[in-house]
Amino acid sequence: MLSELGHLPMDFLLLAAAVTLASFGFIAGRLRAEQFSFSGDIHPNSRPNAHGYFVLMWSLVPVVLIGLGYVLFGEGASRAILRSELPEGFSILTPGELTTYLDTVARAARMPDFLSGERVFDTVTERYGEIRGTVNMVTLLAACALSVAGMFVARRCLSPGFRARQHVESGIEWFLFLCAAVAIATTVGIVASLVFESLRFFSEVPVWDFVLGTRWNAQTNAEFGALPLFFGTFMISFFAMMIAAPVGLYAAIYLSEYASSQVRAIIKPVLEVLAGIPTVVYGFFALLVIAPAVRSVALWINQMLIAWGLADGAVLAAQPTSALAAGIVMGIMVIPFVSSLSDDVIRAVPQSLRDGAYAMGATKSEAVRQVIVPAALPGIIAALLLAVSRAIGETMIVVMAAGQRAQISTDPTSDLTTITVQIVALLTGESEFDSPKTLSAFALGLVLFIVTLLFNLVAINVVKRFREKYE
Amino acid sequence: MDGTLGNSAAETGVLPDAPNASVRMSCRNINVFYGEKQAIFDVSLQIADRSVTALIGPSGCGKSTFLRCLNRMNDTIEGCRVEGEIMMEGKDINSPAIDPVLLRSRVGMVFQKPNPFPKSIYENIAYGPRIHGLAQGREDMDEIVEKSLRRAGLWEEVKDRLNLAGTSLSGGQQQRLCIARAIAVRPEVILMDEPCSALDPIATARIEELIDDLRKRYCIIIVTHSMQQAARVSQRTAFFHLGSLVEVGDTDQIFTSPRDRRTEDYITGRFG
Ligand SMILES: Nc1ncnc2c1ncn2[C@@H]1O[C@H](COP(=O)(O)OP(=O)(O)O)[C@@H](O)[C@H]1O
Ligand SMILES: [Mg+2]
Repeated sequence: MLSELGHLPMDFLLLAAAVTLASFGFIAGRLRAEQFSFSGDIHPNSRPNAHGYFVLMWSLVPVVLIGLGYVLFGEGASRAILRSELPEGFSILTPGELTTYLDTVARAARMPDFLSGERVFDTVTERYGEIRGTVNMVTLLAACALSVAGMFVARRCLSPGFRARQHVESGIEWFLFLCAAVAIATTVGIVASLVFESLRFFSEVPVWDFVLGTRWNAQTNAEFGALPLFFGTFMISFFAMMIAAPVGLYAAIYLSEYASSQVRAIIKPVLEVLAGIPTVVYGFFALLVIAPAVRSVALWINQMLIAWGLADGAVLAAQPTSALAAGIVMGIMVIPFVSSLSDDVIRAVPQSLRDGAYAMGATKSEAVRQVIVPAALPGIIAALLLAVSRAIGETMIVVMAAGQRAQISTDPTSDLTTITVQIVALLTGESEFDSPKTLSAFALGLVLFIVTLLFNLVAINVVKRFREKYE
Repeated sequence: MDGTLGNSAAETGVLPDAPNASVRMSCRNINVFYGEKQAIFDVSLQIADRSVTALIGPSGCGKSTFLRCLNRMNDTIEGCRVEGEIMMEGKDINSPAIDPVLLRSRVGMVFQKPNPFPKSIYENIAYGPRIHGLAQGREDMDEIVEKSLRRAGLWEEVKDRLNLAGTSLSGGQQQRLCIARAIAVRPEVILMDEPCSALDPIATARIEELIDDLRKRYCIIIVTHSMQQAARVSQRTAFFHLGSLVEVGDTDQIFTSPRDRRTEDYITGRFG
């Protein structure tokens, strides 16, 4: 019977309880309030709805808190109880083995009428089901009881003079604050875990070996010199920006200053479609179209140099996957970011400045170069920095088109790898969580985070400096 | 004012109602359309040199639209079409032979809201001479900047801080900076579209003094919604109503004995 309860759809039940109890609370509060608006001789402080919301708040909060507690700790608590009841024999298992065993038990308990035929396992599973059932039961009862209690207490507060409206207002403020706090807490949590795990990594591999080492071979040889990865990331982002910055900016200038409204109505949506293409599609475009093209051009250059006697052997590496191919495609990918954002800021330049330039006898391109773009510069820089951080964080295109070899090479036709690609490589496939190999992914993540943070700080500062100058 | 008379006036270079003034610009049968909507109806007007012509009328009557015809600023508005003939030194400024960019260096413009460029005071003035290649070298440019600022009555106030942003000046100073900027390219005509409407009374008085001073060298056309201002600074006044030119004449005559009933109603404040 209890283990049947272990199969309850708790998410659904808790949600239903929350909705039902909240509705009851609202109706109860409202009905009570309507009584005094009809009978009392004092004018009530708040309208019936406000009283309703007040009671609703107090019946909802307990359910939500208990529900959250259940989601976060329900399973953990059940396991803890089960572990305390396990017979002596289990103490020979290492903590890791015990966790795996309990995982299997939990999985088995979730299946109805599961029997493995092995007596001990089935008994443990049975017992686990019962514990889950008890926990579910207690949770549901507690949620309902506390909610009803909240409802009663809140309802007793109501009186014609009760300032329900103000209480609801502060309830809303708390709710909004909690939402903001969740965002901040998550960020802090992620950064803290990055820092913490990175510190564990750096206790095994010295920081300088990581930052300045030139040999990266985490998979096989435990060599953790990340410089080739930083270099690869820089190279590819550099190529990407060499394409995206001019093309995106000029496209934005064309759209905002030259295009008639009909042309604009066509080009703008097309650019937005470009922004919506999944990066994996760009990735295979890079792999199947651009990388071979880059390779054949490189081979042709090699031949020419040899034919003209300028070189003895091949000068360019001409690999089938190359930094240049990945950079070009990544550049194409971020063009819409640059052009769309720059277009917005250029259009936001006041018409009066344009009029001023034209009235001075400036041509269109003079007005654009000397007045409009300078006025929009802070926004354009912000757009470019956003595109850079997109490029740095991009993974898929690089995985597919740039290769996997960690090397420092200024030859754009040789293959490279980047921070993000290596993070993926480190964390996919079987590996224990504690090995330096896995931990190095956190260190790389930390580097990525710090670089992006610096970019943002620089962007904010640049924008502020220009503001001071021009406003 | 009929067409033949206007034409002969442009040829002989005198105004019909003011024989001792020479004509700087002569507009005949101007119609302006924004898309399908007509904003100016068959306006013919002659503008005297070395004097101030005020354009008055209720808002929306087409004063700015007409003013922007004179330096072809309407070209920059999508869907705006200008018909008619605007003669300046024997040439129609709307003819394909005229480069609007060069025209605008000869017909400068000052706007309602001061709009200095986001550059230093010096660069604001130097902008026009630079794009039109008017200065030979740095010293020449310094001289143009100083002369323009002096003519705009701003030199004494800013001579020690020419490198400060033009936008850091007060509203009145910014407007004088814009006037100096327009003067710097040695225009013959200066158009002003309600140049004082964003300024306080003291700054307004300074600009009015400046306009009175500038008319010795330039032909000035000013749009204003203040009848006192028109009476104070202009020699000739044109009254617009619903896109048509109702009456034009000597400022004194317009304000003391208007010929048209609508002009009288407007200047006595009965509408508009
Ligand atoms: N850019 C524009 N597009 C469409 N209509 C316009 C535009 N500018 C002005 N108009 C119209 O033309 C008429 C005259 O406007 P305007 O010349 O600005 O009048 P004023 O300067 O006398 O107040 C108004 O009816 C106005 O709505
Ligand atoms: Mg106007």
